Amino acid sequence: MQDIDAPGLAGRAGYERHEGYAALRRVLGGDGGARMSPAEVMQEVAASNLRGRGGAGFPTARKWQFLPPPDGGPRYLVCNADESEPGTFKDHELLRKNPHLLVEGMTLAAYAMGVERGFIYLRGEFAQPGRGVDAAIREAYEAGYLGRNILGSGFRFDLSTYLGAGAYICGEETALLDSLEGRRGFPRLRPPFPAVAGLYARPTVVNNVETLCSVPVILRRGGAWFAAIGTEKSGGTKIYSISGHIARPGNYEYPLGTPLRTLLYDAAGGPLPGRTLKAVIPGGGSAGLFTPDLFDTPMDFEPVAKAGSMLGSAGVIVMDDHDCIVRASLFLQAFYADESCGKCTPCREGTKWLEMTLHRLEHGHGRPADLDLLRSVPKNILGNTFCGLGDAAVGFLMTATKHFWPEFEAHVAGGGCPLPEEVRR
Amino acid sequence: MTREARLERAQEIVASFPQRSSAVIPLLHLWQDSEGYLSDDSIAEVADVMGMPAAEVQEVVSFYSMFRRKPLGRYRIEVCKSISCALCGAGTVLEHLQQRLGVGLNEATPDGMFSVNAVECLARCDLAPVGQVNLEYTGRLTPEAVDAIIDRLRAGQSVSAAIGGETGA
Repeated sequence: MQDIDAPGLAGRAGYERHEGYAALRRVLGGDGGARMSPAEVMQEVAASNLRGRGGAGFPTARKWQFLPPPDGGPRYLVCNADESEPGTFKDHELLRKNPHLLVEGMTLAAYAMGVERGFIYLRGEFAQPGRGVDAAIREAYEAGYLGRNILGSGFRFDLSTYLGAGAYICGEETALLDSLEGRRGFPRLRPPFPAVAGLYARPTVVNNVETLCSVPVILRRGGAWFAAIGTEKSGGTKIYSISGHIARPGNYEYPLGTPLRTLLYDAAGGPLPGRTLKAVIPGGGSAGLFTPDLFDTPMDFEPVAKAGSMLGSAGVIVMDDHDCIVRASLFLQAFYADESCGKCTPCREGTKWLEMTLHRLEHGHGRPADLDLLRSVPKNILGNTFCGLGDAAVGFLMTATKHFWPEFEAHVAGGGCPLPEEVRR
Repeated sequence: MTREARLERAQEIVASFPQRSSAVIPLLHLWQDSEGYLSDDSIAEVADVMGMPAAEVQEVVSFYSMFRRKPLGRYRIEVCKSISCALCGAGTVLEHLQQRLGVGLNEATPDGMFSVNAVECLARCDLAPVGQVNLEYTGRLTPEAVDAIIDRLRAGQSVSAAIGGETGA
């Protein structure tokens, strides 16, 4: 997010004024210097310890290296711009304000992998920022940064956008590929993995927007520079999206491993006046909540997992003492029930029943048996579904019932939400 | 866009993909953007261009939440109901919109001007409660803010002018 608010950054000239396409020039030898080989580019990314920024945190260079040796047939690089994880809005800002960064990042990645065709899969609701991305792609073609013989190097890369039509599941990479092939976005059985058989059954790598946007700076400043930021296992900075009941919601870029407390209080200004923080989700709607005793947790993949949640998309969602945890659970559960693709029974049925049960509790019809359901159903979903959406659907609820059980009991005993009506607004 | 121009554009889209199957979703967007929704005729026409059975096109249509099988308002007001927006008062905004316009969710006002829908996370949670009017982003919505948007749209302003751009963008 360097220079993210610089005027004109979204246009080619403005981007170039801020070191835009300097990495691509360096790599392809456009500045008179020696050209870097694809293997050397791969090496820099490996040295950077860049991990996927979409949620899984898988080491990026290792994912790229899963591609088999070229066989003369097409290979694809797909950018996952389906950002739909509740509480996450970092990719949207990058796409809106710095589309050329993604174009350059994808071109560099494609060069490293010997890929000549790329797609940016945008969620359908991103039609507006998508127009800016299309404009950036047109400018890049005009300037010779895309197309045949990029910067006279002989390397060719063609890039276009593809607009989805409303489906959270299409952020799951294999469902995304099915959607990109013009089908319903159902996840696929793996193996085979996309690197072996992805788009049109050809070798494909799918990467998140922020992951690909990290590549130019790695090639400008070096992998070692990037790895020196962050932690031993996770190189670089991460954009943390902070929202909910917090003073200054927004995207904040900090080194991986920064304590959650720093993000909440220093970056985002702490609670609203007169309120105290009650629970914070560190990693988007699919992640378990942290109570305040865990606010010193370093925001990196392993520490957050060890503390009982997941870093995921790093969508930090803040709840304060005015928020009912049962009501928050209902909001989240309704999302997963809506978004379940329907392919497998535990997710399709379980998400719906959890939403209905929480709805009964919140609206005064909760029964003691509902409390049993809220504890047993998530266990029947977790690990039993065809893809990760099932696990995502119960991540929050399992921690909510663990840490705030009395609130759930109070809804049944008291015939509804114990928080006064006006406070709930 | 004339029918001929749309068919020509459709052929360009089909030809742009390594495999033509990918074209069905962009074609559905193209038809929906020009007709306002996907009628049986639209689906039949897309099926014809694609060389697919209409039932297979309908299979795709029915999966995705943004494809409409009935006309909605000229101005489609969509408000996010996911967690951050819900915590910040999206429910109040949605109730107010339905009350002010005299419609339930996913239905158009009798004059065809407006419809209201609750949608899932729009990925602009810093502006919670977030909305879109005809897919243009707006945020920090309140009952007063949406009243002003409706008034400006009724007065003939463009969507961009009426929503006043993204608040705080």
